[in-house]
Amino acid sequence: MNSLLRTTRRSALRLAVTIALGAACPQGMALADDPPPAKVTIDNFAFTPATLTVKLGTKVTFINHDDIPHSIVSIPGKFRSKALDTDQSFEYTFATAGDFDYFCGLHPHMKGKIIVTPE
Amino acid sequence: MSHDDNSGISRRHALECMIWAGTGIVWTMSGGVPTSTLLGTANAADAGFSFLQISDSHVGFDKPANPNALSTLEEAIAKVGKLPAKPAFMIHTGDITHLSKDTQFDDAKQVIGRAGLDVHYVPGEPDIIDENNGKAYLDRYGKGTKGYGWYSFDDHGVHFVGLVNVVDLKGGGMGNLGTEQLAWLADDLKAKSASTPIVLFAHIPLWTIAPDWGWGTQDSAQVLQMLSRFGSVTILNGHIHQIMQKVEGNVTFHTARSTAFPQPAPGTAPSPGPMVVPAGELRGVLGITDVVYRVGNQALAITDSTLAG
Repeated sequence: MNSLLRTTRRSALRLAVTIALGAACPQGMALADDPPPAKVTIDNFAFTPATLTVKLGTKVTFINHDDIPHSIVSIPGKFRSKALDTDQSFEYTFATAGDFDYFCGLHPHMKGKIIVTPE
Repeated sequence: MSHDDNSGISRRHALECMIWAGTGIVWTMSGGVPTSTLLGTANAADAGFSFLQISDSHVGFDKPANPNALSTLEEAIAKVGKLPAKPAFMIHTGDITHLSKDTQFDDAKQVIGRAGLDVHYVPGEPDIIDENNGKAYLDRYGKGTKGYGWYSFDDHGVHFVGLVNVVDLKGGGMGNLGTEQLAWLADDLKAKSASTPIVLFAHIPLWTIAPDWGWGTQDSAQVLQMLSRFGSVTILNGHIHQIMQKVEGNVTFHTARSTAFPQPAPGTAPSPGPMVVPAGELRGVLGITDVVYRVGNQALAITDSTLAG
């Protein structure tokens, strides 16, 4: 509950900052406390990088480059994508620190890990 | 004199049979063991019956390995119609569609229906990725099945079992049957005498071919244990888009070709994904599987043929 409240407060603060900066801030420019987005690609039935370390609050995009559908399923069920066809992607923002193991729901031998470090 | 007994028939003996019978012999491979069938006696109605396996149609697939998977499925079904002996029915060992889309299921049904045969399906992973996690498949093929779509039936004295090993897959694992299905199978087999021929089919192989590619079923050992008391067991799978065979005791394992695209042999490529073959060679690596059951024969005769043939 506390963390949810904190997240809500932070979002509200960001919204306020965004509004305040308004025209002065070039469009699409990330705010200072927003970690840059990260990417995991799927090629040849493998997640690359297999282990990705990101800061708290990072949005990670998983993109499937294979000719076969894949999906992203976390262990034990924190997030789950639909099946991703070729070049489709799934985004997830990591709002808590820790290790997040995941696998492909169609080809479970495909495994990956996201390590989320505190801010 | 038995000419189709697969227990140690020699080439010389086979040739003698040919002279005796004054006809040719069709050689089929049954789990790596050659089985001869006299052409003159290859009448399914007299000798037993045959059924057909197709697999991995991937309707909707349109990538370089096969830009039109529906048209190669059409060719496969046309080939079924030209078989010398009409099969009693067909089984489809999964990956009917590429993405579980309604149009893909509809196209598959329309084309496969042209064979005019009853079809018994089991799902592959791409058949249960609709928004409702398999409802699209079960709405079409789940009638009279248990759980995620497993079932059994009897035909010509053979007990057929269709299993589902593509649901609730575990991270780092392979195919999965699960405790509920295993309990059902144990109960299903209980009433069957040890002399009943068993044909068991599922999408992912029920023996471990390549664990690093997920080509196996993690709880299949329990199935094999249940089957150990039976004299004749044939296990038919798909998933790997190539023929592999193994005989272990009374169990014959066999995987079928795809009707859509080939996949590499384990260890020959970085991944098990669709394999692009040179133009003109695709139909030589796609195909169908005809299985003949002959009364009195322990093993079933399995004949694979390509779309090129």
